Amino acid sequence: MLAAITALLVCQLTGEAVVRSLDLPFPGPVVGMILLFALMLARAPLPAALGNTADGLLQHLSLLFVPAGVGVVQHLELLSGAGLRLVAVVVLTTLITLAVTALVFAGLARLLRADDLAPAKPETQEPS
Amino acid sequence: MINFVDLWVYLSGSPLLWLTATLIAYLAADAISAACGRNPLANPVLIAVTFVSIVVVATGTPFPGYFAGAQFVHFLLGPATVALAVPLVRHLPQVRRALVPMLVALIAGSMTAIACAVWLARAFGLDRAAMLALAPKSATAAIAMGIAEKMGGDPALTAVLTILTGITGAIIVTPLMDALRLRNYAARGFAAGLTSHGIGTARAFQVDPLAGTFAGIALGLNGLLTALLVPLLLPWLLN
Repeated sequence: MLAAITALLVCQLTGEAVVRSLDLPFPGPVVGMILLFALMLARAPLPAALGNTADGLLQHLSLLFVPAGVGVVQHLELLSGAGLRLVAVVVLTTLITLAVTALVFAGLARLLRADDLAPAKPETQEPS
Repeated sequence: MINFVDLWVYLSGSPLLWLTATLIAYLAADAISAACGRNPLANPVLIAVTFVSIVVVATGTPFPGYFAGAQFVHFLLGPATVALAVPLVRHLPQVRRALVPMLVALIAGSMTAIACAVWLARAFGLDRAAMLALAPKSATAAIAMGIAEKMGGDPALTAVLTILTGITGAIIVTPLMDALRLRNYAARGFAAGLTSHGIGTARAFQVDPLAGTFAGIALGLNGLLTALLVPLLLPWLLN
């Protein structure tokens, strides 16, 4: 557990250092993810608990957005004035982007017969 | 007798109080979400944020005071992003097979998110500042704020719009995909992560591990692509 967390932090720290020194326009953790991905593919010796630790973190991913969400509530006055129109643009754009992305993906997957991965495995299916 | 005022003054100054409050609010929100059969309307982020905000506002706590405790949770966003590599490797055969649909959907979705935001903002009569803040809002908050700042927009407004996009997408993705009769969970998850970054990814993991994996890939790739596309597309879209 401790070794797994340390491994995640080492990847993040390396990502952070790469982003800073090369002045890249994206956050360090994303580079850290690519680094961990490469290490796992290269079968580098990684802590055995890495899988469980990652699952634990990702299972409660929603929790990690609560502080930022509370920060947003403090800044809701930014939405005053044009607020309703801004919210309308957000909702409509979200709807359209979701639909376009999923339809393009699923349509092409069917065309290329790459969609036999489609149905969720029964043991993992949850009412949604 | 205990002096509650003194006790409050002491506790509210320590990170322990707001860290604990954040965790309790989330556990309660997660329990409500589970009790509602993971109904998308019972979004755990939205419920927990509402609970905490009520307490923070009612007690007159300034945001820095709250964040002194909540930062320990916020900090974990970094390691959690790195951890997305684990499900990615686990589902590598499926990811490899879906490589072409994924990349085409990435480009289509990313351009749609940026162009629709600007076009709709214009249709609603919003000003240039609003368009700049709206354009990068499907990227994860840190990237979106960086882009907005670079383009001369207001990063704080972008942060608000980005979180709003996250929660909106997490709530509407399941009913929308059901209405479209899309049963491809890779496609559903990918759309959730591309459109609604981390909050959409959290929703996707709640529904299905494969959907969560593709959401995580989309979150990473769209963060990178949005950072490249917004500076390229914006002069043309604003014209």
